[in-house]
Amino acid sequence: MADDLRTATRSGPGRLLIAVYALFALAACARSATQIATHFDRAPLAYLLSALAAVVYVVATACLAKGSTASRRLAVVSCALELFGVIAVGTASVVVPSAFPDATVWSVFGMGYGFVPLVLPVLGLLWIRHTGR
Amino acid sequence: MVTGLSQALIWVSVVAALWAVVLVVANRPLRPDRTSGLAYLGLLALIEVGLLVQAVLGFVKLAGADHPVPGVTYGGYLLGALLILPIAVFWSLAERTRWGTAVLVVGALVVPVLIVRLGQVWTRG
Repeated sequence: MADDLRTATRSGPGRLLIAVYALFALAACARSATQIATHFDRAPLAYLLSALAAVVYVVATACLAKGSTASRRLAVVSCALELFGVIAVGTASVVVPSAFPDATVWSVFGMGYGFVPLVLPVLGLLWIRHTGR
Repeated sequence: MVTGLSQALIWVSVVAALWAVVLVVANRPLRPDRTSGLAYLGLLALIEVGLLVQAVLGFVKLAGADHPVPGVTYGGYLLGALLILPIAVFWSLAERTRWGTAVLVVGALVVPVLIVRLGQVWTRG
């Protein structure tokens, strides 16, 4: 049963979903690491949010790839947090652009990344629900 | 210097992505035990070698830059580009369905995006 759940989570569309998650984990980590290492004082809030986004993507990727009952639960939490983050930061970056002098993955709802950051958590949540049946 | 190579890498990667799209649409999973599958993996290996050369030339170019270039970001893109295809192939080959091949589409499309960003970082910082 546990193996079935793992296989179901990781195969089919899940395989592609996890690949895209891994890509965003890499992109967000790289972006946030360079921002914090080279010019943290330019936009501390934006860069801390970048780092948070990076952590959330890493957790979601790892949890989906692991595919156990517990890790899937954690994946739901990180996908939900991600959806909240992209909407909150996206809205804030439109309403108060001065608070975000430099872009994060979630700025303007992830426009710099083809809005994939907005779609990805929704797909993640749908996929977990679909495979959990 | 790197421009010609980068252009070539962009186009070859786009061709590789399109090839994978055809395989996905036709629902023909990649078969590494067949000549066609091997040829495709060979094409990806060729791109990877090109990216390696681009990384070496890129660091040389960075060392002799005549204008300020954000070195960490530039180097990050040069090295990050090397990770994409090996991970995509590894993750893709574990599943011999169209979804596995779709992973290769994404991987092959990320490479040109990174190369374009690399050029932007060089000129605009």
